Amino acid sequence: MKKYKDVLFDPIFNNNPIGRQILGICSALAVTSKLETSIVMSMAVIFVLSFSNLSVSMIRKHIPNNIRIIVEMTIIASLVIIADQIIKAYAFDISKQLSVYVGLIITNCIIMGRAEAFALQNPPVVSFIDGIGNGLGYSFVLLVVGFFRELLGSGQLLGYQVLKLSTDGGWYVQNGLFLLSPSAFFLIGFMIWVIRTWKPEQVEEE
Amino acid sequence: MFEEYLSLFIRSIFIENMALAFFLGMCTFLAVSKRVETAVGLGIAVVVVQSITVPMNNLIYHNLLKEGALGWLGLEDVNLTFIGLVTYIGVIAAMVQILEMTLDKFVPRLYNALGVFLPLITVNCAILGGTLFMVERTYTFGESVVFGVGSGTGFALAVIALAGITEKMRYSNVPAGLRGLGITFITVGLMAIAFMIFSGIQL
Repeated sequence: MKKYKDVLFDPIFNNNPIGRQILGICSALAVTSKLETSIVMSMAVIFVLSFSNLSVSMIRKHIPNNIRIIVEMTIIASLVIIADQIIKAYAFDISKQLSVYVGLIITNCIIMGRAEAFALQNPPVVSFIDGIGNGLGYSFVLLVVGFFRELLGSGQLLGYQVLKLSTDGGWYVQNGLFLLSPSAFFLIGFMIWVIRTWKPEQVEEE
Repeated sequence: MFEEYLSLFIRSIFIENMALAFFLGMCTFLAVSKRVETAVGLGIAVVVVQSITVPMNNLIYHNLLKEGALGWLGLEDVNLTFIGLVTYIGVIAAMVQILEMTLDKFVPRLYNALGVFLPLITVNCAILGGTLFMVERTYTFGESVVFGVGSGTGFALAVIALAGITEKMRYSNVPAGLRGLGITFITVGLMAIAFMIFSGIQL
């Protein structure tokens, strides 16, 4: 039981896919200008990651080694198509905002990386939990960045006005920089700084 | 006609830069940006693969996948766009493989210079992203060629510039927690702000 717990919670702070393993950064930055899109994206990634880990792990003894990348790619691409179709069916507006980034989950290195590094060596159940754990680690970064960008950029959370804007007679002057792409880089940079100050063993050697 | 292409070319390099405005190909972008030489290798590989795969996928999309594209087979109602993702990634993987074999056979020097970056390009989101943007914006074949070359060049420009900055930064005293990945993120953020001055340029 303890092993499952470690596999599930370790990727959130100790071995975060974005902060520690440098995987899957592209989509983490692009979809975070609002909290809503971050949540949908996180759910899609957790779904694809856990099920791709499960499927790869189930057939790991039957995949010939030299064509394993193509096999993994096909599994991942099929799962992404399912996720894409579901989002299009039930949340069309959000799917328009996410534009190409749902499709880009295919090339999100977290998914390929976990399939290669974990699912190929471990039995299905642990792999499935590893998928969820890494998905949660990824979602954690996405939600924190999305939270700050939406709150400071437009004074809203999930579309509700939290800080009253000065244009409406309130006190908060909105910071337009947080709606633009560079702010995501700064936020993730500072987040890594905070995590590494908290857990000094993650600091890189000079 | 020519002016349109020129405008699209400039826009895809500077204004809609793949790496700095759309965050595509970040994983390789951050991993490779430690030395200028390797960055140049990666940059060239991306330009080459991007200029081949985007027009290629454009032809496939317009002639096979789009709604009604299979009309010449008598299948007017068939819409295959939902299997697009599998098709595009298949085309990219196959193109990279063919390119690898061709370079190995005919230009071994370039092949050795590119090394491990060529196979890795298959999972570079800038490549798949280029194709998906092409589909989303419904580019024609001519536009897709220009867009492929332009977006590849934009990515190469960004990765080489970042590698140059990182090389210089070896001499500076970075706080322990920011060392490595953290400071790279902040540098890229500043670069993205610098690139924003290009937005609004109209040709």
